[in-house]
This record gives sequence, C-alpha cells and structure tokens, in this order.
Amino acid sequence: MQKYSIFSLIKNALSNHQNWEVAWKDPEPKKEYDVVIIGGGGHGLATAYYLAKEHKITNVAILEKGWIGGGNVGRNTTILRSNYMWDANGLFYEHGMKLWENLSQELNYNVMYSPRGIINLAHSDAQLNAYSRRGNSMRLNGIDAAMLGREELKKMIPFADFSKSARFPIFGGLMQPRGGTARHDAVAWGYARQADSMGVDIIQHCEVTGFEVQDGKIMGVQTSRGNIKAKKVGLCVAGSTSLLAEKLNMKLPIESHVLQACVSEPVKPFLDHVVTFGAGHFYCSQSDKGEMVMGGDLDGYNSYAQRGNLPTLQHVLSEGVAMFPNLSRLKMLRTWGGIMDMSMDGSPIIDKTHIAGVYLNCGWCYGGFKATPVSGWTFAYTIAQDRPHELNSKFKLNRFNKGRLIDEKGVGTKTWIG
Amino acid sequence: MLEIKCPYCGKRSQNEFSYGGDANIKRPELGKEVSDREWDDFVYFRKNPRGMHLELWHHVAGCRQWFKVSRDTSTHEIFKTSKINEEL
Repeated sequence: MQKYSIFSLIKNALSNHQNWEVAWKDPEPKKEYDVVIIGGGGHGLATAYYLAKEHKITNVAILEKGWIGGGNVGRNTTILRSNYMWDANGLFYEHGMKLWENLSQELNYNVMYSPRGIINLAHSDAQLNAYSRRGNSMRLNGIDAAMLGREELKKMIPFADFSKSARFPIFGGLMQPRGGTARHDAVAWGYARQADSMGVDIIQHCEVTGFEVQDGKIMGVQTSRGNIKAKKVGLCVAGSTSLLAEKLNMKLPIESHVLQACVSEPVKPFLDHVVTFGAGHFYCSQSDKGEMVMGGDLDGYNSYAQRGNLPTLQHVLSEGVAMFPNLSRLKMLRTWGGIMDMSMDGSPIIDKTHIAGVYLNCGWCYGGFKATPVSGWTFAYTIAQDRPHELNSKFKLNRFNKGRLIDEKGVGTKTWIG
Repeated sequence: MLEIKCPYCGKRSQNEFSYGGDANIKRPELGKEVSDREWDDFVYFRKNPRGMHLELWHHVAGCRQWFKVSRDTSTHEIFKTSKINEEL
C-alpha cells in the first residue's frame, strides 16, 4: 500500500495526481470466508481492521448494502468523549479515547482528531453537585475531568448567555479536556483503506437477505450477490439490527428511532469547544469550515426513515438559542437524520448470541461514533476469541433478563422518551 | 410535520401529541405467576418492524386521551387511528 506523506503528495503532484493508488479495491465476493462482517459503517470497518491487525484473521469480508460510510458514520455530530460515571462505560470509552489519540498515525490517514474539550453546562446547584460526582467518578477511573466556575466559563465561551435575564443561568460546568471531535468520513475511509491493505474484502452494494443455520451453528449468509459461506458472522448494522435479528428468530431490547442533526452557514471562529446544554438536550461545536454543528433530541417515535420532522428541530434549536442567543442570527445550511438503535438502558450490546458463530454489536443509541475504535477493537476480540473482552463483558444481551442494566442516566427503560 | 387524527378531536399537528410506543405489548395478567422471561419480554423486548407499526399516542396537549395509530415506520405515513378499545 502506498503510504500517505508529504513526499508522496509531492511525487503525485508532479504527475498531476493521476497516479494515486485506489484507497480500497472493489472485489467480487469469494465463496467462503472465516469471518463475514455485515455492515460497512465505522464499527464494521473498525472490526475488520482489528481482526486483521490484532488477531491476524484476514480472510474477512465486509458486506455493505449501500456504500461504506453512508449510514450513521456519515450522519453524526462527530463528538468524542469518555465522560461516563459507571465503570462499565467509563473504562470502555476511555480505552476508545486512547485509540483515538493515535488513530491518525496508526491508520496513516488524518482523522483530524481535535481534543478541544467537551463542556457540560450546569444550570443549578443540584446539577453542579451531580456533575462533580460524575467528575470524581471519572477521575477515579483515570479519565480527565475538571469542574469549571461561571467566571472561567465566561472567558471560555463568551457568547453563551451570561445575562441576568437568562432563563437557565449558567452556574458552572464539567469539562473533559481530552474530549473533542474528529472527521467522521476520514474515520470510515481510514479503517477501510488499512483493512483492505491487509486482505479484507470490502463488498459494497451487497445486501444480506438471510442466514444459513444448521444445528444451532452458522454456516453462511444469503446475499443479493449469492450465497457466501462463513465460519463466523458479526452484525454491525446499527438501526437495522432488529431486521436482521428477525431473520435469526431473535427479538432484541431495541427500538429504531430517527435522530436529526443540522449545520448552519459557516461563520468565523467563535466556539472553541464542544458545549452541551444542561437544561435540555442540545449540543454544538464549530467545524473547521466554520459551520455550527448541532443536535439534540430524537423525534421520539419508531422510525427507519433517515429523515425527521420540523417540530423536533424547532424544539432543539430553541434550546440552542437559549444557550447561545446569537445562533438565532444564523441561517441553516443542512439538516439530516440517522436511524439510532436505541437500547432499553441506553448502553450498547457487544456479545455472542444463542447461535454459535453469530455475534452482535448494537444498541449504540446516540453515541456510536465516539465508540468506533473501541467498538471495533472489542468486537474483533469477541469474534476472534469467541468470548467477550473484559472491556465489553458488561455489555451482555442477557443483562436485561438478569437485572444488570447499565443505566448511565438513571432513567430506567425508554430513555428516549420524555 | 405529522398530522395525526385524534379519534375524539380530529386532525391535529404532531405538536399536540406524545408517543407511547408499541401497542401490541400486553402486561402479564395480575395475580398470575409470571416467569422472568415473560416479564423481561414485556418490559424490554420489541418487534421493532420496518413498515406497518401499531402504536399508542397520547393527545397530551388536547383531550388527553390515549389512542391507537397504525403508521409506516419507513415512510411515516399514517394509515388509520382508533379509540383505545376499538380494533384497528
């Protein structure tokens, strides 16, 4: 594989950029693979990459119904963080942050990791207390966290509403300085290019239509491009997980919901961090192009439509304007929606299933993008070793039955409602 | 914007309603021995179909009645609505 560097850039500039190698190939599916990964999004591509790199399993195919990176990895708000309170989440996502920090070098692809810091604003004494509890839990798990006062925040985010008339006055905030953003497409493309170079077949426009199971063991998958035998199959299809699981006679603790995001017209730099509103559900950051990248609540009803409705956007943006009043002067450039696999406790599932050789990676709710590296890393381990890694050992499918929920927000089931 | 026909008030905008999830879920009967699996199924597990979905909505900023809606989850088209005790 051609290495990307300043020298390869100069060399290719001399030939008018006509001789770059393709970043990944477009192979015909083989008859049989050791591992088939369904879903060519960030998690699927990362899983294939770590299978090849960490476990030396290279006879792997990624089957993607559309094109790689066209689902949620191309539809998120690019936020990275590990500011969780429960150990299961904190340790898992913190391993992910460590992978993010070196990902551009590892993949030889600039994923534009920007540790600009994520700030959760608090609007009452009680909320400030809750944040300091969360911050302390984070630090006990070795995750960076800092409490910020109102005066510090005035210097850091001067355009937030610090006026006396603010409906939700800013009392302070919790910051994870290493949190930030990354370029979402680059993450998918970087993983795809490296996985391809190690022998993984990335097969696009190939829809899985069924499974072949014999005596409780997976034999292969049926696809729109013919039958493919497989010793192991991993599901990485986010919002469509229930549809594939149904073909395996499985019912899951998941509902699919549409989450919208939007960007404004580009403006000069005025927001250096990722900031979340504490009195509702709204988060924003400014992209390198200057657009404000914003998101918030789900539309709130089951959906596979990849598009939402205006009342939710209006609700979300009114929270944005309460936080940064000057947002009201911006024009909206684009809005879009993605399908979230909302699990019943708000935490993911990375586990084996009742069928030998079938592995499940789903339930990412709103938070799948930041988990891309660690999801791939732990899922590759789970597939290769046929058992969960310690990091994902709590993200079991049977935790609902056993009463071992990981309800980070403490709101019980149906975390997306209300 | 969804336009939902409340069986009591007629067609109103989505803003007046809140969502109540899958209408096929039935609570295990009171006074009967319930296995962990049945309870688990009731509380957490959903069919989550793409296409026709029978669901509950609440006219929370209107007559405050709950009712049933059949809706397509892939297009958001609403086929029919009915009172809670009527077959849809």
